Amino acid sequence: MTETATQREPIKASEIDPKFKYELSRMHGGEKILNCFQCGTCTSDCPVARFSDTYRPRTLIHMAKLGLKERVLNSDTLWLCAACFTCTDRCPQGVEVASVIRILRNLAAEKGFAPQVFKDQAASILESGYAYKIPTLRITKRETQGLPPLPKSNPEKIRKALKGVKFLENTEKEGKQNDQ
Amino acid sequence: MTSKYLIFLGCAVPYRVLSYEISARKVLAKLGVELVEMPEFNCCGLPLDPVSHETMLILAARNLALAEQAELNILTLCPGCAGTLKKVNKILKEDKTLREQINGHLKESDLEFKGTVETKHILQVLTEDVGLEKIRAAVVNPLTNLKVAEHVGCHLLRPKEYIGFDDPEDPQTLKRLIEATGATCLDYINETECCGAPSVGVSDEVALQLARDKLNHVKLVEAQALITICPFCHIMFDTNELRIERMFQETYGIPILHYPQLLGLALGIPPEELAFKELRVDTSKLLQVIGVNQT
Repeated sequence: MTETATQREPIKASEIDPKFKYELSRMHGGEKILNCFQCGTCTSDCPVARFSDTYRPRTLIHMAKLGLKERVLNSDTLWLCAACFTCTDRCPQGVEVASVIRILRNLAAEKGFAPQVFKDQAASILESGYAYKIPTLRITKRETQGLPPLPKSNPEKIRKALKGVKFLENTEKEGKQNDQ
Repeated sequence: MTSKYLIFLGCAVPYRVLSYEISARKVLAKLGVELVEMPEFNCCGLPLDPVSHETMLILAARNLALAEQAELNILTLCPGCAGTLKKVNKILKEDKTLREQINGHLKESDLEFKGTVETKHILQVLTEDVGLEKIRAAVVNPLTNLKVAEHVGCHLLRPKEYIGFDDPEDPQTLKRLIEATGATCLDYINETECCGAPSVGVSDEVALQLARDKLNHVKLVEAQALITICPFCHIMFDTNELRIERMFQETYGIPILHYPQLLGLALGIPPEELAFKELRVDTSKLLQVIGVNQT
């Protein structure tokens, strides 16, 4: 869905989930969402909002509070937050704005909406323990530069520890499908 | 008193920013901070927090539990790693139910999070363990001719409730450390604002505009270099400076140094040992100003 569509289409009563905000307020980092009184400190202090025509943290919080669950989870702009935490630090109502956005992203990711970059990093961590595939050249370069070898990771144990985590199980499945 | 830490490299440093690691190890060794390598490693978890908070908690707790087994506190180069490990340490210490749930994931690897180690970013170790006085005393080549600007970035400071280091609205630690080298640290507009790195891959355009905005402000005060303490911020400014110049028809020519590189010069370590050659933006003029020759 395009941003114009998610934000500007008239709201139908049937798409409102009145329980959504309470769900969010029971999640870690979302406890204070009900305190938001829409002052807009988050948006006015947001560095990303200054350079994006669509990303507005206040709007996202408002949509979530109204119960526009599908709309907010489908929103592309959700992924623009740089997690600088300026909004969280400055919210006069103590809302952890960046954490609420993180919760919304987590929920969107469970539905498969995460941008590719996150799926790539997840796959790399499951495979090597590191978030990026570190090129062999870099590893050999360490030696010539007098650096100790990179600490080993234990991907098998990492995968075991992450067993049962929904997003990662989906990533693993996708990875296997791509390999076939 | 020597301090001893487990060094947590994170992913970005070994992947793309070896100059930071090389210079940090040199400087720490010179100042008597002993480093021990992590016995085993996995990503701190931060990159996956946006898609799975639970994954982040498990990955971070795993590293903390490994450090607990080694009975050593952690030193990180990346503020993202420091912020994550500090935050998770606090969350799990305070929330017993969550701690038990996360420990359930670690059980199979015979690991358990107990909350007995502390994580510090290199900046914190330099101020709290080494101390400004000792650093000043170790300076053999004071950089008095140099006027620079600093960029602390976000995760060493925010969210303040979890991090509790310095003043997020007016951070002073890096400034004082820069002044300890003899250099002048200039103030500029929006010093505490984000470099844009976390938006790379989602919207490169927004990310580069943020970096450009910062570089414009740094240029305005005529800083001879910008000092960073984060691998991601460094990539945004150093690796991308030429790209930003081309994209937005700007001219900067501002060298971007890791703080340990600046400190290293003041401690008399030659630039080639501080990996100056790894930097993208030309530093020859800067080195001339402070009277250091690069071979």
